[in-house]
Amino acid sequence: MSGRFSPRRIALTLAAPVLAIIFSLLIASIVLLAVGDSPLVVFQAMLDYGVRPRTMVLTINTATTYYLSAVAVAIGFKMNLFNIGVDGQYRLAAMLAAAVGGAISLPSPLHALVVVLVAMLVGAMWAGIAGVLRAYRGVSEVISTIMLNAIATGVIAYMLRPGRLAVSTQGSNNIGTKPIPESGHVPGFAFVPGTETKVYGFVFLAVLVGVAYWYMLNRTRFGFDLRATGMSESAAVSSGVSVKRMIVTAMLLSGAVAGLVGMPQLLGGSYSYSLDFPAGLGFTGIAIALLGRNNPVGIAFGALLWAFLTNSAQILDLEGVPKEIANIMQGTIVLSVVVAYELVRRYRLREQQQQVGEQVAEEPPTPRTGSDMGAPV
Amino acid sequence: MSAPAATAPTRPAPAGRARLSKGTRLGVAFVGIVALLSLVRILSGADDLTSVGAVAAALGLSVPIGMAALGGLWSERAGVVNIGLEGMMIMGTWCAGWAGYQWGPWAGLVAAIVGGAMFGLLHAVATVTFGVDQIISGVAINILGLGVTQYLSSIAFTGVQGGGPTQSPRVSPMPTVSLPLVKTVLEPVADSGVWLISDLANIAIGLTTNVSVITLLAVAAIVGTYYILWRTRFGLRLRSCGENPWAAESLGVRVMRYKYAAVVASGAFAGMGGAYLVIAYAQIYREGQTGGRGYIGLAAMIFGNWRPGGLAMGSGLFGYVDGLQLRQGGTTVHALLLLAAILLLAFAVWSAWRRKRFSAIAGAVSGSLVLAWYLSTSEVPGEVATIAPYVTTLLVLSLASQRLRMPAADGQVYRKGESH
Repeated sequence: MSGRFSPRRIALTLAAPVLAIIFSLLIASIVLLAVGDSPLVVFQAMLDYGVRPRTMVLTINTATTYYLSAVAVAIGFKMNLFNIGVDGQYRLAAMLAAAVGGAISLPSPLHALVVVLVAMLVGAMWAGIAGVLRAYRGVSEVISTIMLNAIATGVIAYMLRPGRLAVSTQGSNNIGTKPIPESGHVPGFAFVPGTETKVYGFVFLAVLVGVAYWYMLNRTRFGFDLRATGMSESAAVSSGVSVKRMIVTAMLLSGAVAGLVGMPQLLGGSYSYSLDFPAGLGFTGIAIALLGRNNPVGIAFGALLWAFLTNSAQILDLEGVPKEIANIMQGTIVLSVVVAYELVRRYRLREQQQQVGEQVAEEPPTPRTGSDMGAPV
Repeated sequence: MSAPAATAPTRPAPAGRARLSKGTRLGVAFVGIVALLSLVRILSGADDLTSVGAVAAALGLSVPIGMAALGGLWSERAGVVNIGLEGMMIMGTWCAGWAGYQWGPWAGLVAAIVGGAMFGLLHAVATVTFGVDQIISGVAINILGLGVTQYLSSIAFTGVQGGGPTQSPRVSPMPTVSLPLVKTVLEPVADSGVWLISDLANIAIGLTTNVSVITLLAVAAIVGTYYILWRTRFGLRLRSCGENPWAAESLGVRVMRYKYAAVVASGAFAGMGGAYLVIAYAQIYREGQTGGRGYIGLAAMIFGNWRPGGLAMGSGLFGYVDGLQLRQGGTTVHALLLLAAILLLAFAVWSAWRRKRFSAIAGAVSGSLVLAWYLSTSEVPGEVATIAPYVTTLLVLSLASQRLRMPAADGQVYRKGESH
């Protein structure tokens, strides 16, 4: 076996995502051809539009949100907890944080900080319900978070009424929370030349969250316990880890990060939670966490790819092609990337077994070494 | 209850408890619930609690949830977790709308079943053949289901009269059937308003009048599933794949085949649930029509302890509350607060009798709070009504989930010849 960063190892790691992307392009091509559109024209249009300065900024901004959502999901995944509830957690958190932000007035950085903290707190609490129910009542977190998503939708619909937490916007039938004053805004910055659109200041927060996630997992005792519990609960218990506490803590952390998901949009763009606040980001986060294999860097690539597909497909409606072809590509990528990971894993396992077999015995135990060994990667 | 004490001498009943047959117990429980509802109806004056319309709406709305739950049952009994029910159901709605507006409701139903089954097949290929994590595959199927249908709608329904990028033209409804005479005979009884009697009459009318043919098919599917999975050799083998596939394999069961059959059937049932929404309920395909019913079906199945009868009851509960809040919202659900208060207080008394101090206090406090809420208001906000089924599920699961038992090998990846 060669070192950790041998070219062969890297090639094997990259093989799965690359295969998955190629496969999804293939499926999309078949779908497009079936209705008489030319795949090349469509992909070219997406690529041209996708690299325009404005689209690139939008891609970065969308990816920021996706990244936070995916990290929230990944924290749970590391412990075999499936937090489907990121969706409800971030929407409830964003709504309440927006209401708080609109009601208070504080000096500049403090104001935004309070809003962010409120959001993290609300997200953590909402996820914590599922954590407590799982740890102490044995309720599957999959079901409880699905229920909590639906309840969050109802609670938001109730609160978001004029006279409760909402005010009506003039000249439209959209209603939202009271706008957050200037002191609570997090300014964007010009990053890509050639466009007025600014990159969210929250990009830095997303990077910070990624680094903190990596540090927590790999350099702290808590992270070690988390991974240990995820890999083998019985082993973790016998080494003195309290699984119940770990479940609740992991859900709280996951929820706190989920609370951040709505913040780039809230403090960097809309400044109020209204009926058209983006929904469904939690489910996107699940897919991206899977795509990036819960790895902070992998998730970043996954988020950028996903955001690129979403944003560059916006041009397709003008070309007379439904832009939902991007959703089909995204779904295919998720499914094929996990299949590809599985195939790579099986390939590695077989390779290892053969290597071990060769080392142990002078002559190979199975006579089929010749044909299988040389398989190209 | 005046049941004879243990009749079978070889298997004495637990001390102090008379054994009743399961059917009798269910019947007693059913009449008890109706009696309680009727009491609440009289006390609160919310006549819609047990009206014919409410019963009919409950029956109708529990069909899509029940079919999704049935899909979940098939799949999970064979050991494959199916969180992709929502995606399969979405596919079902689209296929029903697409085939339905062109060739009529029956074609729509068949197309929906086929469409759902195709997605089931996809799930089976990913999870059974490739051994992918079952939840991941399910999530991908949900994304795909939404994406594919949105894409297809823009192509198939744009420019068609009555259709558009997010909806199909109208679909003619499935025929409905009624049991003759029931309505004429029972209507006077139902209108009398007498405690329990009129409510039972209402329920009988609601369940037998203008019932869509799909509803009958759905009931047949649940009964049939019970028969197939619990009373045939095929079913025993299928369930053995969900409990211990390696043992099943050692007995010569072709585990992969059974898993495939189960997951494809699962998709077909979810698709049928979607078809109901289009053909019998809305008579049109609309984007987002399933409204998370695939997930609710999954919850109903868990609620029903992975059993056909249990999931039917779970779906009935969801369907009932869903129907109430769609019909009158505020006032009727307000009456349910009284019901909840009575149940919580009864739970408190029962816990006190069993000397469970914590449950007794919790039940008494929450029961009194709900009662106070009921007495101090005359209506609950519509949004609170919409979340009622979900809160109920969470409460019931947190009280009862430790008694639930899922198939032992549910969610585990099986590979042929792996056990030694």
